[in-house]
Amino acid sequence: MRDKFLQIIIIFISSVLVIKLFSLQVINKKKSNIDNKASIQKIYNFPERGYIYDRNDNLIVSNEPYYDILIVPNDVKLSDSLNIAKDLNISVEDFNYKYSKALNFSTLKSSIFISSITKEEYAKIQEKMFRLSGFFVQKNSKRKYNYSTASNLLGYISEVNDYEIKTNKYYKSGEMIGRQGLEKTYELILRGKKGVNYFQKDKFNRIIGKYNDGIYDTLPQVSKKLKLTIDIDLQTYGDSLMQNKYGSIIAIEPKSGEILALVNSPGYDPNLLVGRDRSNIYKILNNDSIGKPLFERGLQGQYPPGSTFKIINALIGLQENVIQEKTLFKCNGGHFYAKNAFMKCHTNGETYSDLNKAIYTSCNTYFAKTYNEIIENYESPSVGLDKWKTYVNSFGFGNYLGYDHPTGKPGFIPQSEYYNRWYNNSWRAATTISNSIGQGEILATPIQLANFSAIIANRGWYIKPHFVKEIENDSIDNKYLIQNKTLINSEHFKPVIEGMVNVIEKGTASNSLVTNIKIAGKTGTAENFIKVNGEKKQLTDHSIFIGFAPVEDPKIAICVFIENGYWGSRWAAPISSLMIEKYLNKKVSREWLEKYISNGNLLDEYLKPYVSNNFSINE
Amino acid sequence: MSRIKNFDIISCIMVFSLMSIGLINIYSVTYFEGIDAFSLNNFFGKQLFFCIICILVFFVSIIPNIKIYFKYASLVYILMIFLLVLVLFFGNEINGSKSWFSIAGFSFQPSEFMKPITALSLAKFLSNVHSDIKKRSIQFYSFLIISVPLLLIIIQPDPGTSLIFLSFYLVLYIVGLPSIYMNIFVALISIFLLTILFGRDNILIIFCSIFFLIIVVGLYKGLSKSRFIYYAISSIIFILCVDFIFNKVFEQRHRDRFNIVLGLEKDNRGIGYNTNQSQLAFKSGGILGEGFLKGSQTKGDFIPEQHSDYIFATIGEEWGFIGSVLTILIFSLLLLRIIQRTSTQRNLFYKIYSYCVVTLLFFHFSINISMVIGIFPSVGIPLPFISYGGSSMLAFTILFAGYIKIDSNKKERW
Repeated sequence: MRDKFLQIIIIFISSVLVIKLFSLQVINKKKSNIDNKASIQKIYNFPERGYIYDRNDNLIVSNEPYYDILIVPNDVKLSDSLNIAKDLNISVEDFNYKYSKALNFSTLKSSIFISSITKEEYAKIQEKMFRLSGFFVQKNSKRKYNYSTASNLLGYISEVNDYEIKTNKYYKSGEMIGRQGLEKTYELILRGKKGVNYFQKDKFNRIIGKYNDGIYDTLPQVSKKLKLTIDIDLQTYGDSLMQNKYGSIIAIEPKSGEILALVNSPGYDPNLLVGRDRSNIYKILNNDSIGKPLFERGLQGQYPPGSTFKIINALIGLQENVIQEKTLFKCNGGHFYAKNAFMKCHTNGETYSDLNKAIYTSCNTYFAKTYNEIIENYESPSVGLDKWKTYVNSFGFGNYLGYDHPTGKPGFIPQSEYYNRWYNNSWRAATTISNSIGQGEILATPIQLANFSAIIANRGWYIKPHFVKEIENDSIDNKYLIQNKTLINSEHFKPVIEGMVNVIEKGTASNSLVTNIKIAGKTGTAENFIKVNGEKKQLTDHSIFIGFAPVEDPKIAICVFIENGYWGSRWAAPISSLMIEKYLNKKVSREWLEKYISNGNLLDEYLKPYVSNNFSINE
Repeated sequence: MSRIKNFDIISCIMVFSLMSIGLINIYSVTYFEGIDAFSLNNFFGKQLFFCIICILVFFVSIIPNIKIYFKYASLVYILMIFLLVLVLFFGNEINGSKSWFSIAGFSFQPSEFMKPITALSLAKFLSNVHSDIKKRSIQFYSFLIISVPLLLIIIQPDPGTSLIFLSFYLVLYIVGLPSIYMNIFVALISIFLLTILFGRDNILIIFCSIFFLIIVVGLYKGLSKSRFIYYAISSIIFILCVDFIFNKVFEQRHRDRFNIVLGLEKDNRGIGYNTNQSQLAFKSGGILGEGFLKGSQTKGDFIPEQHSDYIFATIGEEWGFIGSVLTILIFSLLLLRIIQRTSTQRNLFYKIYSYCVVTLLFFHFSINISMVIGIFPSVGIPLPFISYGGSSMLAFTILFAGYIKIDSNKKERW
């Protein structure tokens, strides 16, 4: 009898089975975990996105509920469809169409029947819900903006894209992420952390209860409130002044680096970029190639700073000891900075200016000569220029400022290498003389100029400008607490500030005098060019003003930049004075000026290069 | 009547524990909140009822003298064959096969009871003093006893159960059938699988080249030339037959099952759904299992037939590697124990019957588990004593009771 054979076969087959089970249950175990089992459904619990307040605790951004009505076709009493349609406030045809659509999707699983109805509409339907079997309501939430301002600053949220899903394990398809602005920077704080519930499904994909009594479930982590440095009243006031003018206003509290207002014009209502129509409206905004509402001019616009830049040359001149307060330069309606090269100045006839007068009359000659002295003070213009550049850089020019908003531009401050390449190593201070008056190669963003203004107000230091004052149960980034010193000694600021006070009291911006408030400032009028069809064309000058007030104890430093507004004193200076007055006095006494500025319209100016080939500028 | 101490108590305990494992897991499969587990309207309640019946039947079947079984074996065999013919005409069709009689709310499957009866008849026939398995005529009659029910069951069609009847051929081999039958059988199975796996043309090319090589190199010296050519030609014909049967006679669902197991096809939603879902259950069980009533695949009712043929998936998910290995261990120890005790049995009838019990249980257990863990095509074969089902439970109980009775009579000679 071959009974041994039978024993061997039994032992052999049993071992094969055990080995296969070992490979399934012990080795391959990792491949199957709670997250990818067909029998388990994960349902996320999203914390409400964090609210955003202004510096005076005004609620700027909150959330608004909206409702989707869902249907499970299997549970609907079709014989009653007339009444159901009536209860849901839709036509019978509409009901039939939607019902067949839902039926196509699944008879047992729920799908959206009516989407995005408001709280008011829902209230009407709610009382009838009890008799609508097969229908239920799902509450959702979207961003709600209480002020129609600061849209680029706040940014927006939108659904995560494929790349983000792939690179960041937290996000799943269909979830929202801060896409731009502060929503992006403070995503983790505003978002909180979603919780998850695991449910047991049956083979029809229906939930039949909690998985393992919910031992794997996690609670959502609540989001935190953000308190911004923005003063929403000042911000909206800035908006009203900027109507029909393109440009930006940036106000900073010098002592803390807190940004009080960042006005971008043209603006748009942030409520436009919410909900279902977001991508269509985004397209429309994005296609406005003249107004560019999505372009945050205050942070991204790189402009020649014009005469406001004379201040920095004055400060460097004082620090380098090439000029003193009482140094006089002669100006003859301009001067020859090189053979046959004349730089015009708007002073009349033959004048002698000291530093103070040069600032309040904005004398080109004075600062050109100062700049010349600074550069020529060194063994070669290269060394001199690079030394000059390190001074300028210490003011935050020529690089990203490091504020907490994801957009920005570095601006440009040329170094010697740049000119070496350009002029083949043969250049002098006079070759780069435009730098003295903030023209030529120099580019700065309005926020850099505002920060510059804060530095003057602080007499030599600044805290990096930032938008967030407080985070609930958390602290703001340490870099927004430390002082950054410039390379200029603080005593050199005194004569410069005296000149800047005179700018308002008897100088280029005397139209912007505010009684009771002592303002120091500097106007700028910057030549600028664009290329239209490959042809370089000069446009009307930019109108610029930087300033701060009160002079003795500065509470606000400001930069106003009006594209193609011509003289700095025409738009930028009065707007600055109004903003300062509004912020410090909470009300504006010069109503006629306010009205005049608000009604000012530069839109025709902006259309000029697009409408005709020949157009006149600086009118 | 034999005394209690002669009974193989340990085997009884093993079978009883297998029944308990079955009850526990059927409870888990059918459990959901608010259910009245003991009601006869659900699987657990029914299975509990079957178990009690089976235990009663067990005690009833070990009371009468063993000679009664011997005496009536042929008669009952013929009666059962008659029932198998009847079921083809009057049976109820369940899951595509006509193999059930429905009487008073309970269904009854004659093919299940055919198993112990065939074992009994085969043992009776072969234990006859004149039956020498080396004789052609005896071989023929033995094959006939096995093949008649097998063919009747194939017609139903119930390929799973008919596959089980192959186990009796293994018994013939054990009691001394010439090994040439076994060799040919193994060769045919191998060629069959190779042909499906590599395709008819490739296998033909490989076989022809091997034959050619053998002829050229002259390795056929030990073999007579005519015999070698006979083997060569018949294997080539068989390859062509396999191809024909597989592609023309088999239905698509049969082909699919082979293809899934051999890894030629992957289809986790359609035909491979069962296998994939039950493998998922094993993976999620891991080493220690998810715990009683906590298996998510089980609760979600993802695996079809999970209370009956696929019950082992529940064991794997809820009790893990430990639980599934323990089940296999109980089975193989039970089988080895029966073989052990049978080898000292001197009565040929007893011996052959016991081997039939072993091979029957072994075929069920190994094919069922192989199918559930995905190394054998999906065929409807229950896991003895564990799977839900009254007929199979009762048939196995009768089969096992026969062994216990025989085993207790070891000392008795007649």
